[in-house]
Amino acid sequence: MLKIKTPKSQRAKRAVEKRAPKLVENGKKTLILHGTKTSDVLNSVLTQIYHLKRDNAVKYTKKNDKIRPFESGGETSLEFFSLKSDCSLFVFGSHSKKRPNNLVLGRMFDHHIYDLVEVGVNNFKPMESFDYDKKLTPLIGSKPFFAFIGEGFENVEELKHLKEVLLDLFRGEVVENLNLAGIDHVFVCTALSSTTVFFSHCALRLKRSGTAIPRMELVEVGPSMDLVVRRHRLPNDSLKKEAMKTTSDQHKKKIKNVSSDVLQGKIGKIYIPDQKVGGIALSNDIKGLKRERREAKKMKNGGENEAKKRKTESE
Amino acid sequence: MEAEKYQIDLGNLMASDPTHHFDSIPSSREELTKACLERGTELVQAIANSLFALPSTDDPDGPIVRLPQPTTKLPREKHLPKPKPPTKWELFAKMKGIKQHKKDKRVFDEQTGTWKRRHGYDRVNDDKDIPIIEAKLSDEPGEDPFSKRKAEKKQRVEKQEKNRLQNLKQAAKAGALPSHVQLAATALPITGHKEAPKKASKEELENVAGMAATATASGGKFDKKLPGEKPPKHTGKYRKFLPVVEGKGMSSQEKQQTAKILDQLMSKSSHDILDVNKAVTMFNVKKEKQRRKDKERDSSSTASKMKPKNKSFKKTSKKKH
Repeated sequence: MLKIKTPKSQRAKRAVEKRAPKLVENGKKTLILHGTKTSDVLNSVLTQIYHLKRDNAVKYTKKNDKIRPFESGGETSLEFFSLKSDCSLFVFGSHSKKRPNNLVLGRMFDHHIYDLVEVGVNNFKPMESFDYDKKLTPLIGSKPFFAFIGEGFENVEELKHLKEVLLDLFRGEVVENLNLAGIDHVFVCTALSSTTVFFSHCALRLKRSGTAIPRMELVEVGPSMDLVVRRHRLPNDSLKKEAMKTTSDQHKKKIKNVSSDVLQGKIGKIYIPDQKVGGIALSNDIKGLKRERREAKKMKNGGENEAKKRKTESE
Repeated sequence: MEAEKYQIDLGNLMASDPTHHFDSIPSSREELTKACLERGTELVQAIANSLFALPSTDDPDGPIVRLPQPTTKLPREKHLPKPKPPTKWELFAKMKGIKQHKKDKRVFDEQTGTWKRRHGYDRVNDDKDIPIIEAKLSDEPGEDPFSKRKAEKKQRVEKQEKNRLQNLKQAAKAGALPSHVQLAATALPITGHKEAPKKASKEELENVAGMAATATASGGKFDKKLPGEKPPKHTGKYRKFLPVVEGKGMSSQEKQQTAKILDQLMSKSSHDILDVNKAVTMFNVKKEKQRRKDKERDSSSTASKMKPKNKSFKKTSKKKH
């Protein structure tokens, strides 16, 4: 037997609806967690990624021993966590002899693993080690710029994949309107070799250039690190096709009385109902029809006439 | 010129430089960072050039531009919402060509001469407002028409609820369940019905409480009684030991008891010695076997000739007709 279960309070209903699939999706949440063993470097990498994404991320602090994203059966608890926390991006840190300072970046589709990239972290420099004007500190939730430098991001399969994952991880919400005063940070990724990517995070300083377009200056605020690509797994084709469906594929709802013209642009039609002037019932209390006013007017006119008369007489 | 050199995705504020190639990677970290940031500055400037070229509207917080759609396609987080499959009624209405008409929310009530809601509290033509139901010929004597009407209404509501569940199940199959609805299993699918935990009855609770109260060394003799607690039902001992040694009067009791048990055992086994029913069936079976044997012996000589003859006779008789 089945029972219909619906949320009992409005708050619960809102929470459930927030998680439901939508035509236009809200920003992806990130789950940050680690395996049984981590290193100091990895701990601070995870905390700093969390710090960068604090508006839209969940960080787990306990050890997780059953997570092996690349192995079959090792993704079960990860998918469960994703379902629980409603996160569709994850950053999983682990440290072993074979793969020291290992970071698995991955994406989820419908709470199942979509794709994975495994990177090793080298030459990590935390945020605290950078010295800069604190006024420039990027705000949380502001829309970042991205700069991908190097031919590797076009030619090498792994780096192409990593580029996409990094973009998805840090780009935040897709916005329509952007406040130009709010642009304040950039992620610069440089392909050093076919496997290594230099990742750094900079603040933007907008300087006057004499024109409307300001001159950009980068101030490194950290963290910065080298990412060495290890293993990666691309999504399978059917899953990819399903995940890439967009709202633009669906035809838009037709708006009534609005058409577009090549020359005139957007044209709107307005329908005005017949006014039926002849049928309007006149109300009795029109100002001009009031008796007192009529009389007062008469009196006034008469008075004026008299005054004029008097005037003429005096002359 | 710059825009041609770099690939810019303004929707994501992203620029990439696919042509850049390090001839020799700088050995020291600082030099590397510096080189990267230089290239990065160029790219960011390229983004900014096209970004600030967009038409902007002024706002107290700063100029606001409308970003184009991102050109880099990234996967969705969850699948697109699926359209709800039509309900059974909707299918039927479509087949019959029934169209829905909008109805006013307020209806004039002739009984009271006022405007009332069509549905809900204080609604028009409410059954509850009718104080008298006229008797009909079809009425059964001894039946309360009011409670009958109430029961019918209840049944209709239950039926509607059943239909709703069925439609939701269909929607769940298509993966288009409304986001705020969940279908929860009340029973395990394989083992069949798992009854909902029943509320313990008063009697059961009393029994359990009585058992708990007597589970002490003193059998609950010295425990404090709860208000309203009844005395345990079975006080005293269950087993009674009879005196083994002969005395006055009591001596025969134990003898009797054991004799009784022995008698019972003996009488049971005595039945085994001759089971009348079994004997009769055995006799019958033997007789039957004997009869069959005799019959077989007779038929072996005559039946083989008789059978085909019989058949042919039947056939001819059919043809004659």
